[in-house]
Amino acid sequence: MGELKASPASPSLALLKRDLGLSLARGGGPVLAAGFYLTLMAMVPLSLGPEAQTLSKIAPGLTWLCLALASLLSLERLFERDYEDGVFDLLRTGPLALEWVAFLKCLAQWLGTGLILSLMTPVVMILLGAPVGVAGLALVAALIGSLSFALIGGAGASLTLGSRKGGVLIALLVLPFYVPPVIFGAGLMQAFVTGAPVFQALSLLCAYGLFALALGPIAMGAALRSALN
Amino acid sequence: MDLDMGKYAFFVWGSYGVTALALLSLTVLSVRAHRDRAAKLKALQETLAAEKAQKVDA
Amino acid sequence: MIISWLANPDRFSKVFAPVRPWVAGLSLVLFAWGLYLCFASPEDYQQGDTVRIMYIHVPAAWMALFTYLVMGVASFFGLIFRHALADAAAKAAAPIGAVFTALALITGSLWGKPMWGTWWEWDGRMTSVLVLFLFYIGYIALHASIEDEQRAAKSTAILALIGLINLPIIKFSVDWWNTLHQGASVFRPDGPTVAPSMLWPLLVMALAYKALFVWLWLIRIDTEILSRKYNGLRARLGFREGGA
Repeated sequence: MGELKASPASPSLALLKRDLGLSLARGGGPVLAAGFYLTLMAMVPLSLGPEAQTLSKIAPGLTWLCLALASLLSLERLFERDYEDGVFDLLRTGPLALEWVAFLKCLAQWLGTGLILSLMTPVVMILLGAPVGVAGLALVAALIGSLSFALIGGAGASLTLGSRKGGVLIALLVLPFYVPPVIFGAGLMQAFVTGAPVFQALSLLCAYGLFALALGPIAMGAALRSALN
Repeated sequence: MDLDMGKYAFFVWGSYGVTALALLSLTVLSVRAHRDRAAKLKALQETLAAEKAQKVDA
Repeated sequence: MIISWLANPDRFSKVFAPVRPWVAGLSLVLFAWGLYLCFASPEDYQQGDTVRIMYIHVPAAWMALFTYLVMGVASFFGLIFRHALADAAAKAAAPIGAVFTALALITGSLWGKPMWGTWWEWDGRMTSVLVLFLFYIGYIALHASIEDEQRAAKSTAILALIGLINLPIIKFSVDWWNTLHQGASVFRPDGPTVAPSMLWPLLVMALAYKALFVWLWLIRIDTEILSRKYNGLRARLGFREGGA
């Protein structure tokens, strides 16, 4: 069940620590996600051919696609374990609002996987032939994007609690909602590579990130409450 | 009425055909499900009523 | 209020059972009239006979959006006021909306080939409708995967509302994306300007689709009500037999 000794000063921090520990320990969450991401990217030249010109053209967009797909990986287990173990019944009676609990869990999940994937994104992009100067912007964009993915994905995961199908259903529910960040993120990279102004795409990506930050926890709270009844 | 679609026959009749097929299937399925449910409910209600009557007799 | 008065499932069944045949009749009459107009109207000087595809394509696209709106409103009522009937209404609308959306995509494709020379154009509008179709599929799949009826209703209602808020954002993002990739576009009219001779068939067909939707919706809601009654009775029966 994991440690759940909330120090009275900061139950939030305690929960975050516990969940981060779980996501790191749980079958090597970050290693798995990073491995999946790298495997996907390695398949790209293998399926499309190694021509540098083609690869560098599609690299920025492809990394975003693979980032979105890799973000789906551990969603299934995000709430399920604690739901089945009855940890949520405990958390519900605790001092923290369920929305906040859900947010912290997503944050822990993101620290465990999304962060690593974001750090890898510029590297992979450059390996596929994008200009080196893209690295900084690519990292910032990937950080915002993967956090949005985590929050929206969390909403999808909370909706499927208690359903008979897990992973594929979550992917089906969540991927359409990944459309805007994928578009804005890939568009941002495209704009940078072609030398167009990046401000619009970056601000749109940030706006969607804030939107996910606001909507995600509300949706997760409602879904968790319904699942716990 | 002009029913000769010329070189566009495939596209025009294809669209109308697919639409007709889909809407008719949806209609048939909906009506069939409705009938099926109504019949099942009625049967169950009748068994219940019969049981009740038996109990009253006893 | 009339909505809360009708929220009683039994009352709903009683009130609408005699209405249904009239709606069905209305829909049939409108379809007959509309189909006549579809083929009696002159062909378009630019599009030729393919303009007749518009008369079934555009109403399908309208209904695809309208049905999602209906689902969103019903979900909202179901979630906030906990009306069992609102849950049934949202669930009943989903498959109808999915069919309309699929038809909008298929007829759009059949219209696009002779007009733009391509079966599928990755433009803003078509891409958004494709995402809408995925919403419907996700909604139906989620509902089917949760056994407990009340929980399924709640989860899908939350999903429908998130979707409703997201639809304009997705539409915006796809339009924005489309402006980035303008060069790829083959030929993009912003929808044909509608001549008066096309207005009538389009209008009548749109009304026919709407009437069909109302009828299908009513009968599917009633199916849901009957289903729940049946399951409720059986559950009580099982309980009694088990307890004896």
